[in-house]
Order: sequence, then C-alpha cells, then structure tokens
Amino acid sequence: MTEGISSNTSPVTSSVVHLEEASSRPSRSLWGEAFTYIRHDKLTLFAFTILIVLTLACVFAPPLLENVLKLNGNRTDVVNRYKPPGYKNNILGTDQLGRDQLVRLLYGGRVSLGVAYGASFMSISIGLIVGMLAGYYGGIVDDLISWFISTLSSIPSIFLLILVSVVFSPTAEVLIILLGLLGWVSTCRLVRGEILSLKERDFVVAARALGAPPRRIFSQHLFPNVVSIVIISLTIDAGTLILVESGLSYLGLGVRPPTPSWGNMLAESRKFLTTGTHLIIWPGIMIIIIVLCFFLVGDGLRDAVDPKKIR
Amino acid sequence: MKDRAMNTFLVRRLLQAIPTLFGISILSFLLMLLTPGDPITTITFNPNSKPEATAMLRRQLGLDQPPLVQYTYWLIGNDWRQIDVDGDGVGDIQGTRRGVLRGDFGQSIALKRPVLDVIIERIPATLLLAVPAILLGYIIGIVIGMMAALKHNSWIDQFSRVLSVVGSAIPAFWLGLILIIVFSVNLRVLPMGGMRDITREDTGFNIIESLPYMIMPVLVLTLGIIAVISRYARVQALEVLGQDYIRTAYSKGLGNQYINFWHVARNALIPVVTLFGGALGTLLGGAVIIEQVFSWPGLGRLTIDAVSQRDYPLIMGSVVISAVLYIVGLLVSDILYGLVDPRIRLS
Repeated sequence: MTEGISSNTSPVTSSVVHLEEASSRPSRSLWGEAFTYIRHDKLTLFAFTILIVLTLACVFAPPLLENVLKLNGNRTDVVNRYKPPGYKNNILGTDQLGRDQLVRLLYGGRVSLGVAYGASFMSISIGLIVGMLAGYYGGIVDDLISWFISTLSSIPSIFLLILVSVVFSPTAEVLIILLGLLGWVSTCRLVRGEILSLKERDFVVAARALGAPPRRIFSQHLFPNVVSIVIISLTIDAGTLILVESGLSYLGLGVRPPTPSWGNMLAESRKFLTTGTHLIIWPGIMIIIIVLCFFLVGDGLRDAVDPKKIR
Repeated sequence: MKDRAMNTFLVRRLLQAIPTLFGISILSFLLMLLTPGDPITTITFNPNSKPEATAMLRRQLGLDQPPLVQYTYWLIGNDWRQIDVDGDGVGDIQGTRRGVLRGDFGQSIALKRPVLDVIIERIPATLLLAVPAILLGYIIGIVIGMMAALKHNSWIDQFSRVLSVVGSAIPAFWLGLILIIVFSVNLRVLPMGGMRDITREDTGFNIIESLPYMIMPVLVLTLGIIAVISRYARVQALEVLGQDYIRTAYSKGLGNQYINFWHVARNALIPVVTLFGGALGTLLGGAVIIEQVFSWPGLGRLTIDAVSQRDYPLIMGSVVISAVLYIVGLLVSDILYGLVDPRIRLS
C-alpha cells in the first residue's frame, strides 16, 4: 500500500503522511458523497439530461413549433393524412386526421408526463406518511395498515385499475388521483421497514429520552433517513406509471381522446397498422426513452446513496 | 421436529391469507356499490317498465337492503331466508343466491350465464400463454442472470443489464404491435391474432394448430419475465459469490463447475423461487393487455369485453377470481420457499 512512498521515507513518516491525507479529505455528508458519485456516473447524468430536456420540450415546445412551422396540432387536414415523416413542415409526418404528429406527440407528452409526475408524487407522499406512521407507532395502527396493504397488493394491479376506471371514467386529473391512491403500497412497505429499524437506533432512542415530541423525531431524525428511498421510488414509480397509463389507455380506460396522451395515441394508431406504421413507432419510442431514463436515473441514485458501493 | 416446524409454518401462512381475502371481498363490494347507473336499469334495459315492477325486482334482488345486508347476501347468499317481494313485510319466496363463498358470483348480464362458469371456461386459454411464458422466462432469465454474475463485468454482464432495463421499459402491447407489423403484415409468416384458424371447421382445441398463434404473445410475455428474473438472479448470485463458504469451497480446491452448480446456483435460486407468486400476478395482468393485442380468448379478454359491455357481475367476478389466483400463487411460492429454505419456516 505504501510501497511507492517507503522507498524514500521511513515507514513511520509514511504512515503519518497517510493519516494526514485521510484527515485532510473533507468529511462529506451522504448527499455530498452521492453528488460526487453522480457527477462521475455518465449514464445517469445522460439519462437525467434527456428527462429534463424532453419534459421542458413537452411543456414549452408545442406553441413554439406551431408558430415556427405554421402548424396547428388540432387542425385536421383530410387531404394530407398518413403522410410519412418529412412531408412539408410535418417533421414526423401526419396522423389519421392529417394532424402534425410531432406537435401532437409533444402535447401527448404533457398529459403522459403530467400524469406520471403528479401520480408518483402523490403516491410517494401517501406512502411516506403512512409508512412512517405505521413503522413508528406499531401496534394496532401498524396491524391495520399492514392488512390494508396486503389486501390492496393482492389484487393484480391492472384488474384493480380496470375496476376503478370503470367506476370513475377518468379524465387526466382524475387518473392522477386514482393512480396516486392505488400506487403507494410499495413505497409504504419500504419506508415502514426502514422506520422499524431506525426507531430502535440510539439517536432516535436518545431523542425520545430527551423528551423530543413526535413531530420533531419525525422531521429531524426519521425523515432525513428515508428521503433517499423516497426519491428513488419517485423516479422508478414515474417510469412505471407512464407504462401503466399507456396500458390503460390502450384498453380504452385511460385518458380519453381527443386529449392526446402517448398511450391513447398508440391505442388509436393500432387501427392503422398498414396505412400509418410511423404512427405506432413514435409514441412507442417516446414511452421507451422516457421510461428508460426514469429507470436509469432511479438505478443511478440507488447506487449513489448506497453506502456499500465500491468507490 | 422438522415436520412440526413445517406444519406450523403452513398453518400460519394459510391463516394469514384469510384476512386478506376478507379485505378483497370488502374492497370489491364497495367498488361495486360505487358503480354508476342503477343496476335495475342495466338488467331490465327497459325505460318504460312500471315503477311497481321495478320495486319488486329491487326487493327480489335485495337492492332495497342496507349495504351491510347486501354485502352479507353477496358473500354468503340468501337461500337461508324468505324474501319479501311485494313489500308487505312478510316473506314470500325463498332466496336463491348462494353467495361468493359458495362459488355463486351471480349471472353475467351480457352472456346470461353464471359468472363462474364463464370464467372457468376462459382460464385454460390464459394458462396456455402463461405457463410457457413462465417456464421459458424463468429458465432463460436464470441462465442469463447466473452467467452475468459468474462473468461479472464481462460483455454478457453488460448485455444482461441492458436487456433487463430495456425489457422492463418497453410497453408490452407496443412490442406486440411491432411484432404484428413485422411478422404478420410485412413478412406474413405468423397469424395476427386469435387462437386458431376460425375459417376452418371447428375441430375443437388442438395445441399443434394453436402453436403458431401462441408464438408472438408468449414471446412478448417471456421477454417481460426474463427482464425481471435475470436481474434478480444476477443480484442474488453476486451476493452468494461474496459469501465466505464460496471462498472456502474454492480454497478446498473444488472445481469451478462444481462450485457454480452446487454452491452458487442452489443458494442464489432460493430467493428467485419467491418471485414466482408475483410473476403469476404480473402475468395475469400482462395477459389482459396481451390478450387484447392478439385477440386471445382468455380471462383478460373476457374482462375487457365485460368492461365494454358494462357487465358488472362479470367484471367483479374476474377481479375477485384473479385476486384469489394471485393469493394462491403467493401462498404456493411462500410454501416452496419454506420447503427449500429451513431458515424461513423457523423464523
């Protein structure tokens, strides 16, 4: 280990040098470490950049594009249906009603991404709160919550979603609430498990012994220790939700046309398998890219906050 | 001693399933109560029916009762009591419902047949896709995962990581559509959908005849399973490879093949077994969409048809039955886990 140094210094000084080096390295927090790790993780950074760019594009680009290319995402044009990519100003071609595919794709992204961000944020918040309460208080509260969780997770989620979509016939906003209300179980499990072990740890016991009120224990001692789990779940969930929304829309149970979402654009395009193949390709590619990025960022974050990772 | 521990484990695990099933029944019933529209209108489908007749039907079906009573009838039936049909406070006819617990899920509105019969008819078709997909997915997934772990950081390891992350990011139905475009529309080598050639005379079910129809749906389902299993098997195998007993085995001079099989594979695969129950649930769900894409006449297709026809008893029935199947799957995988790993049944 000290071979290179010991050739010209004595073993004692070399170990002193080594100690100094170790202590001169600034001690960093978990988040500092994670940030440094992420900075060197090219793949995660790349995925994160794409996510941001595509999200911003879906939010801001449609009106810009419509002005620059003199298009209107909602104007139908029967003569120019099923045009292939590159026709006139239609960079990605036109759909079955002659509407520009690129503009509609971006509008669809607003809905799909909106559902994903909104619903994952909601489910994570519920999962976090319920999981912390169940884990910390235990007893009958925990028993009831655990029973509810095992019940909710015993119905294959698509069947549950089908049932709920039939009952509520969702718009995009309702869909966010439904997916949020049904999706918190896995986060809740993770958080509950973590809290169960945290609450026995010395710093929590000490805080309690010092008479800290539960509010303080939750906000100062428990929450900071589960926040990494929560952020990872948030990204993975958002990716999964894009898939769920597209699946539901495919079955005709998600966001209803004419409001475009990537899922219902795909669902509509299946009727034009032969005439408009490009209509199937693009929404699918968008879904894959976004979901892939969410998963990669989630994986990258998990590695970054994992204390066991190899540096 | 060993048998007693196993028995306690089994009994405890079975008892744990009861409150869950109870919860599912409550949840399903609540959602059924919330469904829009008056059930009577859905059944009679006659806007001109007389109010007296409607009221009688309502009493006959027990819809005038408070929710708790309705739930009891739905769960255990009402053939043990008289029903007051004409509203004079005296029971007139014997109840006929036997309740969900005794397998009576009511009548399908659209098909005019008992819900359970209709569902049981469709389960084999779903299994015809699910069983090959589970077998193929598990075998290929485990092989890829093990190879990736044994050759850590090699090209096969990279390949397995790409496969698992891309495989789980692709919407299954999209992949199905692309396969249809390539193999059915352009190359014309595989049928687009269905389970057999319906233009030919109905010769009953024949697996050889159905084989070409199975290829694409099974392929899509298998890919989804491979993505999950290979990732999990890889993580487990890496974990085992870091254990002391593996180093001991190497230092004893045991052969690589021997260690890989008898030490790594056996220990790494135990947790993979537990994914089986979950895989069944995923498949039941995945099958809903895949059956829709390939017009495969299974349980999922039945559910979606029931949704489009607003056939509530049938929707309820397939939700409850799929949940029961899922719970049985989880139970079986837990029991398997207990059988192969003594640490589980003793804890």
